[in-house]
Amino acid sequence: MSPLSTDELVVSRELPGDNGSVLLGSAARRRGDTLFRGVALGAGLVVLIVLALIAASTTKEAWPAFQQEGLSFVTSSTWIPSEGKFGALAFIYGTILSSFIAVVLAVPVSLGIALYANEAAPRRLRRPVVYVMDLLAAIPSVVYGLWGIIVLAPAIKPVYEAINGAVGGVPVLGWFFNGTSGRSFMTAGIILAIMITPIVTSLSREVIATVPSAQREAAYGMGATRWEMIRAAVLPWSRGGITGAVMLGLGRAMGETIAVALVIGSQAQITTHLFEAGDSMAAVIVNQFGESSGIHRSALIGLGVVLFIVTILVNVSARSIVTRFDRRSRGV
Amino acid sequence: MTDLFLESEAERLLLDATTSRSRRVKNRLASIWMLGSLVVALIPLTLVIGYVLFKGAGELSLAWFTEDLPSITRKPGGGMGPAIVGTLLITAGAAILSVPLGILGAVYLHEYGGKTYTARLVRFMADVMTGVPSIVMGLFIYTVWTLQFGLEGIGGSLALACLMLPIIIRSTEEMLRLVPDELRQASYALGNRKWRTIFTVVLPASFGGITSGVMIAIARAAGETAPLVFTIGAARNLNLNLFDGPMTALSVQIFGNAQTPFDAAQARAWGAALTLVGIVFLFTILARVISARVARRHNA
Repeated sequence: MSPLSTDELVVSRELPGDNGSVLLGSAARRRGDTLFRGVALGAGLVVLIVLALIAASTTKEAWPAFQQEGLSFVTSSTWIPSEGKFGALAFIYGTILSSFIAVVLAVPVSLGIALYANEAAPRRLRRPVVYVMDLLAAIPSVVYGLWGIIVLAPAIKPVYEAINGAVGGVPVLGWFFNGTSGRSFMTAGIILAIMITPIVTSLSREVIATVPSAQREAAYGMGATRWEMIRAAVLPWSRGGITGAVMLGLGRAMGETIAVALVIGSQAQITTHLFEAGDSMAAVIVNQFGESSGIHRSALIGLGVVLFIVTILVNVSARSIVTRFDRRSRGV
Repeated sequence: MTDLFLESEAERLLLDATTSRSRRVKNRLASIWMLGSLVVALIPLTLVIGYVLFKGAGELSLAWFTEDLPSITRKPGGGMGPAIVGTLLITAGAAILSVPLGILGAVYLHEYGGKTYTARLVRFMADVMTGVPSIVMGLFIYTVWTLQFGLEGIGGSLALACLMLPIIIRSTEEMLRLVPDELRQASYALGNRKWRTIFTVVLPASFGGITSGVMIAIARAAGETAPLVFTIGAARNLNLNLFDGPMTALSVQIFGNAQTPFDAAQARAWGAALTLVGIVFLFTILARVISARVARRHNA
């Protein structure tokens, strides 16, 4: 570490009031510096401005619907545009249920891949594993949706029927594994799980990579098997970061629109039956927007506002967890 | 299988001799879980890519790239020209809007802001912004742009630019962080002012890394559907003007055609999916190649 950072050195170059000095350049040139700094700052602030504008402009457009419905916008599940009734509870439920299924399915797989890529795979296989996850992440969501609606939904229907036949009447299990719709909460959850696996994997991998090798070596040195080393050294260290990664995956799943719109079945209902058709906030917006007008459109934008708030909350808490974790692992 | 877990024969014998059976079994089960996870993730990847290739390849022809969309979607015929051009133009527009802004924002964060309160806030909010659902960006542009100016390509570009901006800011900042401080000091020592140092030393030094991040953002934006549905409208004919009248895009065409029960329309959706995946993979692989080259130079 040098005693002065580069920035401080630059500041000290500018100290005494020799504006016209040949070495330091003219005042005009220095103004160029101030100007550029301002431009760069402005570009940075665009982020804040856009976020504020999103909140303001969508809320403004949604206001008529909020005003008419009041709290029942989020507590009622009656959504009948022709009668002017807009209760979004069933859609909120669908968003939460489908992304919850996605997280339950994706987390064990993502964590497994992350551990494999960082701890278990031979060195020459690690890079290809990362490439594969990159490709999985690069496929557009609408392509997953297309595959889901045309290939997966019809193919998985007999599976649902079989499960429904086997345990549909059994208490507890039957409450959940019930229904026979190819397009359903479960199908949406599966597609979402495929889509969030790469992001949860890559974030977990980054976290796992920060585990100090000394901890691994200490565990191995005491005779631990690889799995014991992972449990004793890797997982406790990266627990916070992995939680953050999972929450970011959850946020991604909640906001995912097109794939869900294609495979969830578009039926507003609140049921514990995973194999029945449902609907989610994002899916309703995209499916009904084209044929909407007036207060209906305003209500759809209102759904967007609710979605925005929920995903911001999930993301802010996830990022705080990750940031706190980051600081700890850097020993600050 | 042994080979996939780095275990040499000697290592395995040692493990067998020194650890109890139950510990060995647990270790083995954990290894199977880890490798099994990768296999589970590979299944949908292979299936999706396989279906897109096999069902989409039959659609591609010269007419596919050049002709307008058919007026009756349930019958075969026509092409996907306007959608291909639309995707390329709208994404290019988004890149023109977001890349300079994103790079400047990153320059602020790393070269000027550092650990100040404003910089930390912008950095945090950029992270949060990457999590804003694309459909919300679409609604946002619908309310601030489309309601005033109507359905046109630039609305789609704006929405995609909002998605790309935080990705570019964060990836560029990571790249600026890799530029050694000595380079900056050397430039100052030659009498360069800070802005000149940034333009002639810092940015060129991190050019490869920045490009790779930009490519990833472009690939992500090109595949987006939801932001376009509300902003660009639906055109069947070629429209080269981002600022005038409705356009269409590959993703929007896939979405529309996937919902119909007609064979010809579904075939068109697969063809569009193959075209789109081709474009997106091209950018992803370019990004990989560039960043691999940068990493190699960095290590050398």
